[in-house]
Amino acid sequence: MTLVTTVMGLLLALASVGAAVVAIRVRSLPVAILAAGLVSLLAAVLFVLLAAPDVAMTEAAIGSGLTTFLFFFVLGRVRGGGDHD
Amino acid sequence: MVDALILVAAVLAGLAFLLALLRFLLGPGPADRVVAFDGLTIVSVTGIVLAALFADRVIYLDVALVYALLSFLGVIVVARYLERRP
Amino acid sequence: MGTLLDLLGGLLLVAGTTFLLLGGLGLVRMPDVYNRIQAGTKATTLGTLLTLAGAACLQPGWTIKLGLIGLFLLFTNPLSSQVLARAAHRGGLHPAGVTKVDRLAEDNPRELGPKELGEPS
Repeated sequence: MTLVTTVMGLLLALASVGAAVVAIRVRSLPVAILAAGLVSLLAAVLFVLLAAPDVAMTEAAIGSGLTTFLFFFVLGRVRGGGDHD
Repeated sequence: MVDALILVAAVLAGLAFLLALLRFLLGPGPADRVVAFDGLTIVSVTGIVLAALFADRVIYLDVALVYALLSFLGVIVVARYLERRP
Repeated sequence: MGTLLDLLGGLLLVAGTTFLLLGGLGLVRMPDVYNRIQAGTKATTLGTLLTLAGAACLQPGWTIKLGLIGLFLLFTNPLSSQVLARAAHRGGLHPAGVTKVDRLAEDNPRELGPKELGEPS
């Protein structure tokens, strides 16, 4: 059982590295925000696998939910900033 | 027997996770990436349920509940942003 | 109790994750945003519900919480996919060339913008 948990954790870590690379490299601003939200979402699953469900709940609520919501709210308010091609 | 079946389920969920991640990495537009994000979240809910079965702890399911709620809110927010775009 | 319920739970788990895998395959293989929404939401919703049912068979004490998660997914997931498809249509994404019927464009022909399918990122 611990082998399965290890393999799932490695998969999640590699996936979050890929999402972070997307967040850095992409030109479009909404996609970058979405990729940053995906990083914290995968980190929340990783915290669950590491037997810390309360940390995972906080990470999912604040890091993924509130931060992404605030970023998109501000991006909708700011006119002309960030050409999303 | 049941442990082997749970193992097969974990492998299949990992493959589905990889496919959705591939769509997120090479999706051409923002809408494709939002769809892939939604799919990744749903697969992650299944992964959390499987982890709860592995570890035999019921408290993990609360994380899955928060997860489902946040996936819905995130997709709604992004869709409102995409709709306002000219 | 017994092993019969456990066997049923394991088979439901495998069936649910098979549907998840098919949904992921559709997410990669489909040619269009709308087809991807359809494949990536319906199949994964059914897969998650089957997985939750299998987990409820394996651990009968968890049924209430698993049912709550399933009910929530059943309510919110089709709604989010519909909102996303409508936003993509209003944002000016054309369906792929194989699509023959477009009821939203018939309702309001000025909704579609000049953009082509997909955008180079």
